[in-house]
Parts: sequence; C-alpha cells; structure tokens
Amino acid sequence: MASKFTVSNRTGWLMAGPAILLIAGFVILPFFLAIGLSFSNQRLVSPNPTEFVGLSNYRQLLDLATLRLEPLRDEAGQVVMADGGPQYPAVRSLTRNNPDRPDLAGMREWFSFSTGGESRTVVLARDVVFMKAIVNTFIFVIVVAPVQAGLALCLALLINQRLRGINIFRAIYFMPVVVSIVVVSLLWRLIYDGQSGLLNNLLDAISFGMIPPVNWLGNPSTALGAIMAMSIWQAVGFHMVIWLSGLQTISPTLYEAAAIEGASKWQVFRYVTWPGLRNTAVLVLIVITMQAFGLFAQIDVMTNGGPLDSTQTIVFQAIERGYGKQDISGGSAISVILFVIVLSISLTQRWLTREKP
Amino acid sequence: MAVISSDNRGLRLAVRYAVLILIALIFVFPLVFMVMSSLKPSQQLLQDSANLRAFLPVGDISLNNYFAAFQRAPVATFVFNSVLVTGVTVLFSLLVCSAAGFAFVFVKWKGRETLLAILLATLILPFETIAIPMLLMVAHLPWLGVDGLTWGWLNSYRVQIIPFIADGLTVFLFVQYFKDLPGELIEAARVEGASWGQIYRKIVMPLSGPILATAAILKFLVMYNQYLWPLMVTQEEGYRPVMVGLQYFFQLNVAWGEVMAYLSLITVPVLAFYLYLQRAFIASIASTGVKG
Repeated sequence: MASKFTVSNRTGWLMAGPAILLIAGFVILPFFLAIGLSFSNQRLVSPNPTEFVGLSNYRQLLDLATLRLEPLRDEAGQVVMADGGPQYPAVRSLTRNNPDRPDLAGMREWFSFSTGGESRTVVLARDVVFMKAIVNTFIFVIVVAPVQAGLALCLALLINQRLRGINIFRAIYFMPVVVSIVVVSLLWRLIYDGQSGLLNNLLDAISFGMIPPVNWLGNPSTALGAIMAMSIWQAVGFHMVIWLSGLQTISPTLYEAAAIEGASKWQVFRYVTWPGLRNTAVLVLIVITMQAFGLFAQIDVMTNGGPLDSTQTIVFQAIERGYGKQDISGGSAISVILFVIVLSISLTQRWLTREKP
Repeated sequence: MAVISSDNRGLRLAVRYAVLILIALIFVFPLVFMVMSSLKPSQQLLQDSANLRAFLPVGDISLNNYFAAFQRAPVATFVFNSVLVTGVTVLFSLLVCSAAGFAFVFVKWKGRETLLAILLATLILPFETIAIPMLLMVAHLPWLGVDGLTWGWLNSYRVQIIPFIADGLTVFLFVQYFKDLPGELIEAARVEGASWGQIYRKIVMPLSGPILATAAILKFLVMYNQYLWPLMVTQEEGYRPVMVGLQYFFQLNVAWGEVMAYLSLITVPVLAFYLYLQRAFIASIASTGVKG
C-alpha cells in the first residue's frame, strides 16, 4: 500500500525521532562505551587522564595458569607426609618472586587436583572471586532455566483446563510476579532464617523433628540453592502466562481429531501440544536465560556474595567493581564478558532449536 | 460415549481442586506471612513462625510497626519519589513509544526499516551490561535548569526518568498492535486531507486502549521495582525510591516487625491494583510472548 499520501520523511523522523534519540543515547551509546572503556583505566572520579591499557582489564579478570607441584622431600629423598597425605610446597612460595615464572606474580590458587602419582596440579587465577562468580552464575542458569521453564509449563497445563474458578488460581499463581524481587528477597531472608525461619519450622513439623534446622543462607553448600528456589517461586508465574498464550494458539480441531483417534493423554501432549509450543519454548528459554544471567538483587539483599563467595555472580561483581570500587573500566570489562556470554548462548539456543528442513 | 459414574467424576474433580489449592498455598503463604507479621511485635512474630499462627492475625495486633518504620526512615519521601518517577516515566513512555510505533507502521519514510531493525536488536542487551558505562555517562551529562547550565545528573529525578522513557520492547509492542489495525482507514483519512497529528489523535489513539494498558502496566512494573539503577545514582536520601529505601531496614540488627511493615506498605497497594486489574496484567505479560 505505497500510496503517495502516506509518504512523509518529515513526519516519520519527527514522530519516531524522540524514541530513536533516547534509545541511541541510553542503550546503544552506553553499550559501545562499555566496549571502549573496558580497554581503558577509567575511574568514576579521577584526577589522572584516562589511558588506553589494551587487554589488561580482561587479563586481570580472566588470566589462568596451571602449576605442577611435586611433594616435599626430606634429605633422604623421602616424601614428607602430614595428615595422611604427602606435603606440598606452599603455592605462595612459587608465585611470589619466582624468577622462573614471573607471569605467576599476583595469582592465587583457585582449585587443585591430583594428576596421578604424587604430583598435584594447581589451577591459578588472577581473580579467583571472579572465576567463582562465573561458575556460580552458570550453575544458577543451568538449574533455573530448565526447572523454571518446566514448572511453568506444568502450571500452564494445569490452568488450561475448563474448571469453575480457574481464573482465580491463575491470578494467584501469577501474584509473586508483580512483587519486587527486592521485597521477595528480604521476606525470604526471614523464611530461610537458621533459627526461627518458617522453612525450618515447616520441615521440622512434617518430618516429626527428623530434619535438623539449617542456616540456609549462611551455609556455602545451601545458599545458592536457596536463592534459586526463591527466584523460581517469584518468576514461575511469568512464564506460566507465556506458555498459556502459546497453548491457546493451538487449534481445538487438532485436539478433537486426537480424541476421535482415541489418543491417550500423553500421546495428545506428545503429538499435538508439544509441537504446537515449539516457538513458545524457544522464547521462554531465551527469556529465562537472559533474566538468570542478570542475577543481582537477590544476592545484594540476601548474601552479599557470601558465605565464602558461594553466591558471587557476574553482575554482582560488575556492580561491586564499577560502582562499589568506582572502577568503571573493570566493571565495563565484566559487562562486555557478560554480553558475549549471553549473546553466544542465545545464538546457540536459536541454532539448536531452529526449524529443521 | 464413555459413561462415567457421578461418584467417580466428583472424586476426580475434588482431586483436581485439591492440587490447585495446594499449589496456590505455596504462592500465597509467604505473602500472607508478610502482612500478618507486619502487625505483630518482632518477638511474637518470631515465636509465631513455629506454627500456623504465623499466617493468622492473632496475639498482640497493632499498627505500631508501621509507625516505627516511619520513624526509622523518611518513608513518605520514598513513596512520593517512587510514585513521581514511575508516573512520569509511564506517561512519557506511552507518548514517545506510541508515536514511534505510529511512524514505523503508518508513515513511509527513508531509513525506517533499518532503524526498526536496530531498535529490535537492542532487545538482546540486558540492562545489567550497560549500567556501569551509563553511570559514568550520567555523572557527566549537562542539564539546563533553573540555575543555569549544570553538569552531572546524579541525585535527581531526571536520571531516574529520562533513560527509561523509550525502550525497544515498548516500541515493538506498539508496532505489533498497529500492524493489525486496518491500514486503509489511515490511508483514506490522508486522502480526505487529515493531518498526521489528527490521524494519531483522533483515529489511532482511540483504537489503542488495550495496547496502551499493556505498555503502561509493563512500564509500571519495571519502574516501580527498579533497584540497581536508583541504588547507584541516588546517594541523597531526598531522591531515593521505595526499593532503595529498603536498605534502611536490613542493616545491623534487623527489626523484623518494622521490615515486614515496610514491605507490606510498598507491596500491598501494588497487589491490590493487580488483583483489581488482573486480566489486563496477565494479558500484558502474555503479549510480550507473541513472536513477531
């Protein structure tokens, strides 16, 4: 419909202009700034001029090295034993002022494993906390994305039946979505409390005292899991609604045909429902993955990255550096790393779920 | 036709409702606990969480925690700031993004397809990846105000409003909606000699009730619940919104009664608003899932 009456360059630019300018200035420009700043030594406030520092911010964050440790031996050449295992030299003694390996200066032990025989391999990182943050963020995404998407689909199937009052249940399941994640995090801090928390009391009651109280957020082995469970509770209603709108696009005649053919409930799901949800599934997975990588408020309110860095995340590190320590360039480098991760994962998801010819 | 005895059907129905209710309790109980706890003294609140009294308004019930919360922090200022920032951003967003959607769908102009593609591409940029450089940027932006030209936007309302007026998703939602309106109507109006402004105001906007509601609700949820950005850009108490105000309550020795009062105060109005308009809320979330 290319009528000459609807052509107007002036009107087009005038009406779209404000939105274009604002998005260019507050989304696109900061993104390119992040890339530029990540190669500099920019601070929020600094008397010194900004300098180009190349990849040094990235090296500071991502530098890894391995070190092979041979057990300590006494004068007779015997391996020194302690605590039922061979003794190894302190990693520090090899990274500090080591003329053979000047590149190891300033690195710390991340983890170590034994490599057969008596030697141990130590993996060193320049920024151990950031490495932990990357690992925690990936664990969070890998658990939350499928579990939340799956539970949301179950809820959507449950809500998608014809029952009196079903809309009330839909409204209730969706309720936590409109509550701020900051509010939810503070509320759940009390629910997860080690002494008088609701969760411990509930577990105590249903197990007749068999389950001892757990300090959910104070224990490195449960803190991240507790945050995952709460995050799923808060957001699952959001994706239930998206699944529901996907379910409602499936033509009722397909279900009628399946009923005439005498298909079982599982067969109906497998051959009618699931193929019809294909696009929705891609969308839900990408949206949850992007949201999960942004994990910040829960950490800031509940644990501050602790205990023992067990809940450090990429965004928490970016903010702690860029805002807390006013190290804009370091924070920008983390932002760029996060963007590269999110982009490659959403491209991979798209590729894996592409329409096969 | 399958013949199902009425007993059997009643039983199955009961099981279905039982499952639905059980799940509903999981979603509702923490929120009920929050509101009930806000009415109890901190000590009783902790004792009550050992049993079902946690979810009931029993014992020493009062609004004392609410008064104490107002004593501890400038709660009224936080609420005012949140309402102002959220309200102004939603209004401007509706205006700016609907105008852009209109231009992209109804007006033919040079560059519109490229620009629309670029706007859509910004959807893959999570806010967290641009927050830090944007902090540096707004710390140095100029502003022409009542006291002449000043530099730096930190500690202001504008720093919380202007960056969030336009976003790719809202423009995209308007574009999707306008595409389904009859284009012949607009063309006919043009032939009749109507100006673009008249078409926007008198034809398109009156037909846009559902999409305006959707865009307003989504923006409202994002803005009212903002945390990271205002945390970074408002060091002064006078400009802080409610979510940042929470920080006054989770410092050393937490008084849980007051915390729950503050949480209820900033959450219950939103929940009430949601329950009143729940169809519109759910429809707006569902519309973000429609693939273009």
